[in-house]
Amino acid sequence: MSLDTVKNAEQTPDAAQPWAELGLKQDEYARVREILGRRPTGAELAMYSVMWSEHCSYKSSKVHLKQFGEKKPETDAMLVGIGENAGVVDVGQGYAVTFKVESHNHPSYIEPYQGAATGIGGIVRDILAMGARPVAVMDPLRFGAADHPDTRRVLPGIVAGIGGYGNCLGLPNIGGEVVFDSCYQGNPLVNALCVGVMKHEDIHLAQASGAGNKVILYGARTGGDGIGGVSVLASETFDDSKPAKRPAVQVGDPFQEKLLIECTLEIFGEKLVKGIQDLGGAGLSCATSELASAGSGGMRIDLDTVHLRDHTLSPEEILMSESQERMCAIVEPDKVARFLEICEKWDVIANVIGEVTDGERLEIYWHGELVVDVPPRTVAHEGPTYQRPFARPSWQDALQADAPTAERLARPTTGEGLKADLLKVASHPNQASKSWITDQYDRYVLGNTVLSHGEDSGMIRIDDETNLGVSVATDGNGRFTKLDPYTGAQLALAEAYRNVAAGGAKPLAVSDCLNFGSPEDPDVMWQFAEATRGLADACLTLGTPVTGGNVSLYNQTGEVAIHPTPVVAVLGVIDDVTRRTPVAFAEEGQLLYLLGDTEDELGGSAWSQAVHEHLGGLPPKVDLERERLLGEILISGSRDGMIDAAHDLSDGGLGQALVESCLKGGRGARVVVPEGLDPFVFLFSESAGRAVVAVPRSEELRFNDMCTARGLPATRIGVVDGDGLDVQGQFSVSLAELKDAHTGVIEALLG
Amino acid sequence: MARVVVDVMLKPEILDPQGQAVQRALPRLGFTGIADVRQGKRFELELEGPVDDAALARIREAAETFLANTVIEDFTVRVEEEGK
Amino acid sequence: MTTRVGVVTFPGSLDDRDARRAVRLAGAEPVALWHRDKDLHQVDAVVLPGGFSYGDYLRCGAISRFSPVMETVIEQARAGMPVLGICNGFQVLCESHLLPGALTRNDSLHFICRDQKLRIENNGTAWTRDYAAGQEIVVPLKNGEGRFVADERVLDELEAEGRVVARYLDVNPNGSYRDIAGITNAAGNVVGLMPHPEHAVEPLTGPTTEGLGFFTSVLKQLVNA
Repeated sequence: MSLDTVKNAEQTPDAAQPWAELGLKQDEYARVREILGRRPTGAELAMYSVMWSEHCSYKSSKVHLKQFGEKKPETDAMLVGIGENAGVVDVGQGYAVTFKVESHNHPSYIEPYQGAATGIGGIVRDILAMGARPVAVMDPLRFGAADHPDTRRVLPGIVAGIGGYGNCLGLPNIGGEVVFDSCYQGNPLVNALCVGVMKHEDIHLAQASGAGNKVILYGARTGGDGIGGVSVLASETFDDSKPAKRPAVQVGDPFQEKLLIECTLEIFGEKLVKGIQDLGGAGLSCATSELASAGSGGMRIDLDTVHLRDHTLSPEEILMSESQERMCAIVEPDKVARFLEICEKWDVIANVIGEVTDGERLEIYWHGELVVDVPPRTVAHEGPTYQRPFARPSWQDALQADAPTAERLARPTTGEGLKADLLKVASHPNQASKSWITDQYDRYVLGNTVLSHGEDSGMIRIDDETNLGVSVATDGNGRFTKLDPYTGAQLALAEAYRNVAAGGAKPLAVSDCLNFGSPEDPDVMWQFAEATRGLADACLTLGTPVTGGNVSLYNQTGEVAIHPTPVVAVLGVIDDVTRRTPVAFAEEGQLLYLLGDTEDELGGSAWSQAVHEHLGGLPPKVDLERERLLGEILISGSRDGMIDAAHDLSDGGLGQALVESCLKGGRGARVVVPEGLDPFVFLFSESAGRAVVAVPRSEELRFNDMCTARGLPATRIGVVDGDGLDVQGQFSVSLAELKDAHTGVIEALLG
Repeated sequence: MARVVVDVMLKPEILDPQGQAVQRALPRLGFTGIADVRQGKRFELELEGPVDDAALARIREAAETFLANTVIEDFTVRVEEEGK
Repeated sequence: MTTRVGVVTFPGSLDDRDARRAVRLAGAEPVALWHRDKDLHQVDAVVLPGGFSYGDYLRCGAISRFSPVMETVIEQARAGMPVLGICNGFQVLCESHLLPGALTRNDSLHFICRDQKLRIENNGTAWTRDYAAGQEIVVPLKNGEGRFVADERVLDELEAEGRVVARYLDVNPNGSYRDIAGITNAAGNVVGLMPHPEHAVEPLTGPTTEGLGFFTSVLKQLVNA
């Protein structure tokens, strides 16, 4: 096969090209020809097709995502916003923290272990590329029904992949979520979050500037991994017709990534880098075009200098390769020698593959011939934009009308009935202990983990001397979002915000991973439009800007889409991690207070799922001002020693929160149903803006005064006491019985 | 009793981190001249009955669906000769 | 003079920072040692930390065992220098034949991270003299290949000579023979331990502070020597 050079393309304008097979639409192909003033070469066509795919270009979602910028709240905390590899937030004392949540859904369904593993690898490199030391990871996961045979295939592989990669990298896994719902049966969601820490002056950006500066590719050698993976795997629904010649699945090498991290941090430490980008989806195509596009000049690359694992690769394939554990750096000529020396120290392969030019083009050579000559912005940042049609689904009204009223779903009316439902909720796979999963992750490495699995948020210390720390919580309730996408997305933010505050940290910023079905379905697009609008509005009200994230579309099998699942991560800061608030009831005699208002809100609740397998009605109402007030009380209470335990109320309501806090602390609780409240609603409602806290008796007066002064309803509901959960006048259940119900569920199904 | 050996190797185009780590270590220990290393798995299956076409077909099926992950691995099936 | 305790970093070591922190909290001076450097920089003792050196490829510890620094560590260990191998470090010590037996894949086939109860069976080693004999402690355990195996003769010998340093209590998390969590050489200066005492040195981040004793023990050993 002859090489398709730029010269060749000029001379053969009418040669047929496989633009449709590469996923381009006819008008998109026409636009490429218009930009270039000729037909693209094979390599150029490959670059445009992959960079203009849904996954890389956000062409269906960006008209909605721009609200996150337009409605951005005023804040001093944001140092780097949307558009870079990850957002960066000021957390004080000269520290900056970067964090981002991203999806690796489709690859994880095909090859669960490697899909999940490389998902961790990718997000960690994003964080590293900002100049930060990665310090923790979290994984929000969604699976099909817990008892479905395919879940047995998918879940253990994904969990082992997350552990296998993350543990080997030496990053503590400090939280996340595991949710089962049959809507995710053929489309599990594997989202991965990483947190990184740096000093302000260490922030790095993905841009190439300064003519004559060298482009260095370093890390693993380039092989045929995942060629076409981005456009084929991540953008379209599955079919069996994919070519077998090249692996669509990438294999991760966490050992190589660990070396890459240490090597890169040493390079940053000596200030040897002008700009840096990790190689992820679309590999070198993406990295070179993004670096050049964001920079001041052009770039020239010589593909013959790329270190290959497979010498049969064509230039198109080298550009498209998604081999993992690679980075691309822009380095001044006099610093190249030292850069390569550090790479050698860490056994990391590094090559100068090109340089920054003072032109405006990205030029790529192969065997001395020009095979790519494009304006980089047209590849990286000026891809197509779609205004996809969207409309409220015809079934939405009926779904909302099917409310879980007492007439529609039988509610327990006796103490024994309440107890039975409490145990059903606590033993449902969604509420049951996830320790079989989370015990496969190292939560201790690096020695800074303050709160992790089973807590409301994951918290890490970032300074040994001052005890400054950060915490992160991720939440997303697909059931709520299905019932009302606008409110559901806001509830996801509200819950993550509340979880961060419950640990004692002040919420600062948001990253989101928006998992939806096909954008070509107007119903799904409406869900997406509503959810982004809801989230952007809520971020504005709560003062927590979206700093970045990712969109995953086409999560559907045939016509059936997953529940719309926006996963929202909130980052918070805490000045003194020794003041953090755990969920465990640890001290006998402490007083239990229920904060917030409880109403009859059971739509989409864990109870309606666990007991009746029902989804209908409206999700709980959102009151963001109330969330903010509750957050302030939780943070003040933690800082001033007024509360010793706090647990946010969400899935399963107060009943589930009491079960978890009692079991975690190994202490019982005696509670009384407040006057005027129905015992069932008291235990199972999922009204938002609530938490249960344990207050030392000596602090009761002060705590009450604070709540009264600030106008937050606080109801004394009981005391930490005994060796069971006793709901007075209704039922009591021993800790042993609760533990039996709550633990062992996941391993029984999947172990 | 007849023995059938199933060798499972990562497909040639798939990255083999283990093989690469071993290959990089060999020269440091003085074992030079080795251009590439790939690491795989070997299964030895002891059959109860004779090794006939039907048995081999069953083993191939087992290898295909269970012993190898054919998304990333290839396998070969061979009969181990008696007395070896 | 401050006691200097070296902590080796192999490619893929992960708990090296934690081990250095534990050394510092115990009152000694941590010294970072690099796998390619044969020089031990006048340290008085060495910790081989946890992690996945060389990705645990081939066999855990098998490639690290041949790094330049190990030549000196092996030589000095034979001459009596205290050496503690934690988790991956324990695996390196076994591959180096400084300790008998081997660490194999957990019987559950899963990586496991948990707070583990141990009994200190031998408080006569360089690394355990600050514990009472039979003392029960809780420290984190996290491994995928932590199942200690050896043949019966070696196991009997270890038992007879009191060279089982720590044993799992309540739960045997990985299927180790005779619930063995850690062993020592005959001289008591080389100790291999699968659980992670360096993760139990601060109340804020560990389940207990009962791991600190390993690091204070070696300090006393060296000061008294």
